Amino acid sequence: MSKDIVSENILSDDSENYASSFDKALMENKLVLKREKTTTCQINVGYLCNLSCRHCHLTAGPDRKENMTEKTAQQVIKYAQRYQFNTIDITGGAPEMNPNIEMLIENLTPLCSQIIIRSNLIAINKAEQTKLISTIKRNNVTIIASFPSINEVQTNSQRGDNIFQQSIETLKILNSLGYGDVKNSGLELNLVSNPTGAFMPSAQEQVEKRFRTILDNKWGIQFDNLYSFANVPLGRFKAWLKKTGNFDNYMEKLTGNFNPCAVQNLMCRNLVSIAWNGYLHDCDFNLANKLPLGGEKTHISEENALPRPGSLIATADHCFTCTAGTGFT
Amino acid sequence: METYYNPQDLLKFGEIGKDAPKLAKKFFEYYGEVFAEGELTEREKSLIALAVAHAIQCPYCIDAYTQTCLEKGSNSGEMTEAVHVATAIRGGASLVHGVQMRNINDKLSMG
Repeated sequence: MSKDIVSENILSDDSENYASSFDKALMENKLVLKREKTTTCQINVGYLCNLSCRHCHLTAGPDRKENMTEKTAQQVIKYAQRYQFNTIDITGGAPEMNPNIEMLIENLTPLCSQIIIRSNLIAINKAEQTKLISTIKRNNVTIIASFPSINEVQTNSQRGDNIFQQSIETLKILNSLGYGDVKNSGLELNLVSNPTGAFMPSAQEQVEKRFRTILDNKWGIQFDNLYSFANVPLGRFKAWLKKTGNFDNYMEKLTGNFNPCAVQNLMCRNLVSIAWNGYLHDCDFNLANKLPLGGEKTHISEENALPRPGSLIATADHCFTCTAGTGFT
Repeated sequence: METYYNPQDLLKFGEIGKDAPKLAKKFFEYYGEVFAEGELTEREKSLIALAVAHAIQCPYCIDAYTQTCLEKGSNSGEMTEAVHVATAIRGGASLVHGVQMRNINDKLSMG
């Protein structure tokens, strides 16, 4: 099936052909979710992770075998050379655990204005990662770190025993390297807060203010920005929602918080997501849900593997997560 | 089993304006203003609301403000302490009336 045919189905006036409730919500608000220029390339290097967080949309964990090979990593570098992105965003799993991570950072940094690594703050603080931390710092890699809650019990319930205290220790180390004071050091450290259960996130500004005050007062920790995101009902989080009888209510909350204004700024309009095996998706959540880019399976090694502006984006009901409130980055 | 309290009824709160729309409009505007961030944060106001909900024993309010407290970043320990504040005030309110009991007792009794 061609991309155009998929697109026509998604946007058909016939309500029987709605691909999801999300598409219906878009149509009811006379909105079409189309791509603009792709400026960000997100690379998911695999589902291997040292943690098994209960909110993980990818069900990442220590037993996952999906991990980007050196061959695919080389193809990713060629892909980035071909298409020139402003931002390259490396995620996982725990990207620190992929054996090709340093090679990717060294080769991708010269190709973009900003390079980001998503960290769970635990994998990066292992003795064997001293060289990696040095590579990250030398290449001015922005760190976006998971830090769901300022409360130890809530954090550990979501991410595992003692994770809160270990995260605090890592943040102190990153601060000592200059991270968290981007104006003076050029080293940017941003935190991501997620709800620790089946409820919506707090307003970002309020959470940032509170986290900044408490982290500074209690531990002398600084950071640059904080993002507050809803959890995506996929993977391990979806399984938890179902198991605890929270799924239907959670979906009602997401759909009830649909904000048409957020559609304009959705990250998927400017982003392409590369899976560990080199296949393309519209975002990391579509990757988790096995929805290929624009509805058609495309590999980074193929010609014309960059989505065109105006092309349509594959959607499903999990997309309500990114339109609940102010959006998702 | 039928019950006076149905969780789904909480979702119908907005419909209460059906027969008195002007009053409802004024109430909900006021309500929204009350809970907006001011000298107190939205998180702090939600904890107060949760404590009051327990004092007046309103199941709708307990349901709504437990969720709101979580969404505003509060945790179980903070919410439990808020409930204890309500409990202390309720209990204290009973106990302080013991003074009235004493006054009457002292007046009526011989010693």
